[in-house]
Amino acid sequence: MIVDYLIVTGKAVFIWGFALSLLPLLIWFERKGAAFIQDRAGPNRAAILGIRLAGIIHNIADVVKLMMKEMMIPPHVNRLYFQVAPLIGFTFILAAFAVIPWADTLIVKGREITMQVADLNTGILYVLAITSLNVYGIVLAGWSSNNKFALMGGLRSTAQMISYEIPLGLAIVGIFMVFGTVQLNEIVRGQGELLFGILPKWGIFIQPLGCILFIVAAFAETNRNPFDLPEGESEIVAGYHVEYSGMRFALFYMGEYVAIVLSSAMIATLFFGGWQVPYFPTEKLVLTADTWLKVLLGAGGVGALLFAALMFFFSARVRGRFGDLREQEGNVLGVIHVLIGGAMLFFFSRTFGLELPDWGARTVAAVVQVSSFVGKTLFFCWFFIWVRWSLPRFRYDQLMRLGWKNMIPLAFANVFITGLIVLLIDRM
Amino acid sequence: MEAIIFYILAAVAVVGALLLVSLRNPLSGAFALVSALVSLAGIFALLNAEFVFILQVLVYAGAIMVLIIFTIMLLNLNKEELREAPVSPIRLVVTIGLCAACAFGVMKAFGNIPYLQGEIAEGFGSIESVGALMLSDFLYPFEVISLVLLVAVVGVVLLAKKAI
Repeated sequence: MIVDYLIVTGKAVFIWGFALSLLPLLIWFERKGAAFIQDRAGPNRAAILGIRLAGIIHNIADVVKLMMKEMMIPPHVNRLYFQVAPLIGFTFILAAFAVIPWADTLIVKGREITMQVADLNTGILYVLAITSLNVYGIVLAGWSSNNKFALMGGLRSTAQMISYEIPLGLAIVGIFMVFGTVQLNEIVRGQGELLFGILPKWGIFIQPLGCILFIVAAFAETNRNPFDLPEGESEIVAGYHVEYSGMRFALFYMGEYVAIVLSSAMIATLFFGGWQVPYFPTEKLVLTADTWLKVLLGAGGVGALLFAALMFFFSARVRGRFGDLREQEGNVLGVIHVLIGGAMLFFFSRTFGLELPDWGARTVAAVVQVSSFVGKTLFFCWFFIWVRWSLPRFRYDQLMRLGWKNMIPLAFANVFITGLIVLLIDRM
Repeated sequence: MEAIIFYILAAVAVVGALLLVSLRNPLSGAFALVSALVSLAGIFALLNAEFVFILQVLVYAGAIMVLIIFTIMLLNLNKEELREAPVSPIRLVVTIGLCAACAFGVMKAFGNIPYLQGEIAEGFGSIESVGALMLSDFLYPFEVISLVLLVAVVGVVLLAKKAI
């Protein structure tokens, strides 16, 4: 009994911890990615004792700045709604993570552990319902600020989110039809089979149109470029959060990135096989667990050593350029990675002749699946940033035309065609 | 445990409904209605009607109320336009009479429902069972409702076209 509670608490803490600790990484992704795409260096100044971590330290500087700042409440706002609004958006987005599956059901000593916080029967509909409440945060912020730019931002975002929720929902109807369920774990399990014996039966291969529509609608739902009209710096200053400062602004800022993580996780789960490792269904993973353990430890160790070598090389290259502790950064990181790589290779050497017990093999399989899922999610997080710095912003009428006149008819067509094909296959 | 949750949800729903009609600020009223709708959804969930719960949140709280708030924000009424509505005794009597008649009818109807006993069926309230019912036993009402919605959509387009 108590173990069950501990397991559920552990899962919830792990998932929220994951989503929140991904934020600094994503902000770093965003800055360095923008710099990479625009061919410049990006953030590289903030340092603690010469350690810069290629700009990650800038996040700490940001957090300190935001925490130190006064949380201004302008005199003309509606105080209650103004203070509640940032909390709403952030809370609902975090609650939506509960149903995302991270790995196949783990069986440890006869105890089945589902690798998601709540295995609801309504699965993905829960995510849609919770994220549809998310718009209230933005609406309230825009209205309570009592500022015309903020109100316009709020109006734009309401119209946009309502419009794109329809193609978002319709795009996944095809997935429901093909897999015959709305439970996310079942959908992911269904994607473990092979199509014609070669292609993994991922959502993107059987629902290509649905996948594209879903990704586009997800961009609009997260208010990201090319659909970031609610913010539109050049037209309405910063939209709904123009009056916010300090940590209240930070909540909006973080909410945007948590929404990106959520959308990426949904795209990976629905259309890219979730935790499935292509060609390795769970049982096969468990059978080959000792090889996977060797591969993980060996590749990790060698990778860490290579990274350490790169760091030593970097340190040697900048010698004498700065004249302070920054020259030693590469050496410090190099030594740390030599230690990590050495430890991994040590454990790698100990795996030979090691007989994995059943629960050990299953745990290794679960770790491999979680890594697969996290890898896919991170790729789509990067994809969000990639698109942001590649495409210009839509005009408002173009946005509405795309949503109502192009995406919704396409989504309907996708539903009809999928239904027809599913029916034909059933008849055969 | 279930009773406690039910009473909390019911209290929030009733208070939300009362606030909706008594608050001056239209946006506050709208949010009171949202809380009432969400707690109603919670009551559906207590009744094992998962799908209705999700639809209640997704459609009413998540879409229809957002549209209502959108309209309120577009109108952007100022304080003078939101004056106190005069309470005439006739209106009051008629309203209370109508409410009492409604309550009486609902109570009567509840009295006539045969008391359900034993376990609920497997899959009750799930998407599959609701869908199967809707497309078999209730196919005719389902189609009629979709026709009504279509008529409404066409009517809205017609009205909006005239304005432009």
